[in-house]
Amino acid sequence: MIAAAAEKLHGPHIDWAGLSPIVALLGGATIVLLVGLARSRTTRQVVVPLLSIVAFAAAIGLSVWQWGERKDLIEGALRLDELTLAMTMIFGVAGIATVLLSWRALAPREAAHGEYYALLLTAAAGMVVLAGASNTVTIFLGYELLSIPLYVLCATEMRRASSLESGLKYLIIGSVGSATLLYGLALLYGATGSTDFSGMAAALEPGGDLVSDPLLLTGIALTLAGIAFKASVAPFHQWTPDVYEGAPTPITTFMAVTTKAAALGVAIRLFDVALIQAQPDWGPLLAALAAVTIIVGNVGALGQTSLKRMLAYSSVAQAGYMLGGIVVASKLGVQATVFYLAVYLLMNVAAFAVIVARERETDRGDDISALDGIGATRPWLAWPLTIAMLALAGLPATAGFIGKVYLIDALVSGGYTWLGVLIVIGSMISLGYYLRVVAAIWMKPAPAEAAVPALAGGSLGAPEHEEPRTRVAGWETVFVGVLFAAATIVFGIVPSPLFDAVEDVGRAIGLL
Amino acid sequence: MTVHLSILLALPAVGGLVGAVAGGRAARWPALLGSFLALAYSIVAIVRFKSGGGLQFVTDQDWISALGVHFKVGLDGLNILLVLLTTVTFSATTLWAALREDYERPGLFFFWFGLTQSAVLLALTAQDLLLFVLAFDLMLVPVLFLTGIWGGPERVRAITKLFIYTLVGSLLMLAAAIATAVMSQGDSTLSFAFSDLAVRIPETLGSGTQDWIFLFFAAAFLVKMPAFPLQGWMPDGYGNMPLPVLAVFSGVLSKVAAYGFIRVLLPLFPDAAQHFQTLFLLLALASILYGSAMAFTTTQTRLVLGYSSIAQLGFIVLGIFSLRNEGVQGALLQSVNHGLVVVPAFFVVALLSARAGGSEDLRDMGGIAFRAPVLAALFLVVALATLAMPGSSNFAGEFLILLGVFKAKVTIAILASFGVAMASVYSLRLFIRTVHNRVGPKVQSRELSVADGLVLVPLILAILALALYPQFGLSRSEASVKRAVSAGVVK
Repeated sequence: MIAAAAEKLHGPHIDWAGLSPIVALLGGATIVLLVGLARSRTTRQVVVPLLSIVAFAAAIGLSVWQWGERKDLIEGALRLDELTLAMTMIFGVAGIATVLLSWRALAPREAAHGEYYALLLTAAAGMVVLAGASNTVTIFLGYELLSIPLYVLCATEMRRASSLESGLKYLIIGSVGSATLLYGLALLYGATGSTDFSGMAAALEPGGDLVSDPLLLTGIALTLAGIAFKASVAPFHQWTPDVYEGAPTPITTFMAVTTKAAALGVAIRLFDVALIQAQPDWGPLLAALAAVTIIVGNVGALGQTSLKRMLAYSSVAQAGYMLGGIVVASKLGVQATVFYLAVYLLMNVAAFAVIVARERETDRGDDISALDGIGATRPWLAWPLTIAMLALAGLPATAGFIGKVYLIDALVSGGYTWLGVLIVIGSMISLGYYLRVVAAIWMKPAPAEAAVPALAGGSLGAPEHEEPRTRVAGWETVFVGVLFAAATIVFGIVPSPLFDAVEDVGRAIGLL
Repeated sequence: MTVHLSILLALPAVGGLVGAVAGGRAARWPALLGSFLALAYSIVAIVRFKSGGGLQFVTDQDWISALGVHFKVGLDGLNILLVLLTTVTFSATTLWAALREDYERPGLFFFWFGLTQSAVLLALTAQDLLLFVLAFDLMLVPVLFLTGIWGGPERVRAITKLFIYTLVGSLLMLAAAIATAVMSQGDSTLSFAFSDLAVRIPETLGSGTQDWIFLFFAAAFLVKMPAFPLQGWMPDGYGNMPLPVLAVFSGVLSKVAAYGFIRVLLPLFPDAAQHFQTLFLLLALASILYGSAMAFTTTQTRLVLGYSSIAQLGFIVLGIFSLRNEGVQGALLQSVNHGLVVVPAFFVVALLSARAGGSEDLRDMGGIAFRAPVLAALFLVVALATLAMPGSSNFAGEFLILLGVFKAKVTIAILASFGVAMASVYSLRLFIRTVHNRVGPKVQSRELSVADGLVLVPLILAILALALYPQFGLSRSEASVKRAVSAGVVK
């Protein structure tokens, strides 16, 4: 009887296959949260992370399965295409790496494992929503869904003041960003009369006098500012170094890669799909922002001694490079940006994995001196970081080189040669700080570790026996570092698989 | 036996890698084997090379099809001699490092060293602009590590300067390369292959665009040489590189830059080359005069050779920008000559400094000829070749260069001729102050060992062979040079 009633009742059609990656992430979050309540310590410390990995892996797997589908979900609120799916894979890979880096970290222990991993999965789901948004309301929904868990995650090392400060700072500045974004989206609705991307694009068709409408321009500017907060594009980047430095390092890893990817993903969709007709308006504006970002990020990174702060500024600069691909509003540009995002994931995770490991092995935290001489003592950490630094600087035989070539190619084709030259100038400046790391690894002598306990009052007689060194980096951090660094090299030499994938993404956006 | 260039390119790096895996003192043998196999391979290639036959032994595969980048390598008259120079000098240098030096972490050293050689070979054989740029930048990465880990006391400052200078050039070159390909694309597909670019550029690129692209490339090449006024990194860099790295940097890596002018700029941007001819001739002249003047005032033996390299590379640039067949051929020949001369010169200087209590200062040396006549004789050959003694191959090279320049700009040619005279001053000064004169305070003369002889004698023999038969190089390069220059030559 129920079956018969259900047949008569036609609810809205729900495309579960299309939604499956989000379902996997949110479902995973729920299960992880519940399992995290278990009494047994093993369950909390082992099963919960494993389940999180399974959820992220499921999201990746489902994205692979859906690859090639292009459709609107939930009445056009979400768009499922290769861009969404590619982003989902990036979030998934970053998520798995983060779970591995968090395995022995302090943060999940202090915040309870269930909550920590559930928040991580929820944030990832929010990012998928943001990257797939094709409606201004969905943009805001995704934006908040990714931000709120991250505010909390930044503060999960509750006993460390700087972690709490980081969370609070992120919350306050993030809220300003949200408010700006919301205001901008409201103005866009006011100007175009539609919250839907296709509706907006239709309202901006050539021939209309909307293109230089002040309401639209203000809307674009404010929306851009809101997105720029998340992507840490200058001059909206000031929170980045402080928050990156204070947050637990695995969370910094996750944020550095994924929020940037999500924000740039939605920027691609908003600017290159919905507002494409207004490109003459926002093109120069975005180009100016990219230029400022490249300079500010690279110059800011020069004087840093904290590796996390340095990578924060470097991530600002990298955001500037990637913005270039959106500026030109071409298929090539979209492909270059997505390609660089994938490469950026590899390089950054490799670098952060080593920082996590060194934070655990030494008491020098993320200071650059923690790396002194590890070329001789810890080659399995030295190589991944070296490769990551060279790749971030864009040296050949790494994927970073190809990524930069692709971006410059897109910029020159799109008539923004000067921005391409600026990327090159930015890379030159960046050598100033990336090479400092390489020099610390290979060219400085390793400090005598035994000297520290001896100075602390211990006798010379084998201080290790008095205080057994519990400081191990954990094989999983080394594994993550080596794996991602190896991938950086492999995609630098054989980049075609990645090129094929972004080719699909470019086609999905439908630009020339 | 077919010659697959990819095998030649890979051999040194693979040897180094095997060595690194083997680790410890055994690391040197696989690396040595790799570089000697590459030498043998290049000899086979030059034997089977057909003079005037265009591009040979070509490997052409799609590498990044989305960007139109091909893995295209081949040999022609422009690069075959430089490839041979590379394999000869790298084999000798690897042998030197294997027999004489005892480095910490030898596996790592030989890995980076092998990678350097592979990158140089790739840069020389690349027939695709992006591949060339990639290899040109890649050459520098191992040098960073080699100098930074095994270099002299000021090594970190040295590599910082070296890297900033050279990468500023290289990255500008990268931007210029991409701009070249994209702007010349037109309606066809993107391509970086030299053969496509040579056809497309004259049709699509305006002279203003050609000019800035030309200058970006030229800056990269001039820094790497180094040439005046971009030589600021040289004193620190040369002063702190470990000796094997210094020898190949000065002998081979700097030649890749000169080769870049001939391979990339003359054929692809002939109009810009003519436009800037006088500027570059003047820069070359300044390099010759500045390098010579510094070379006979400094007392650091390494820097005497370093500054003399600036002068010699000035001659090479001079020849290239004569934009005449003779001049460019002379420049190519002189590139090989200088490489063959400067590598043993650095070895001799190292041997002399070992006999002067480790000091590399001229004032601490002198008077070893009595006790070490063989070493002195070998050094004499090197010194005479450096000053372009008539009969030496260097004489033929400089003669051709000046011939070309006389046809182009007489005034500059006359001024440049003084450079020839100055070369005899600085090379004889170096020879006399180290070998003759009063015995230096800490000098303990002894003859060179068998290991030293194994490295030095073959190189000296190569210098003599080339002196007797410079036609060996000229006949192989003539046709290719004519093709490269024909676009821009003033009839």
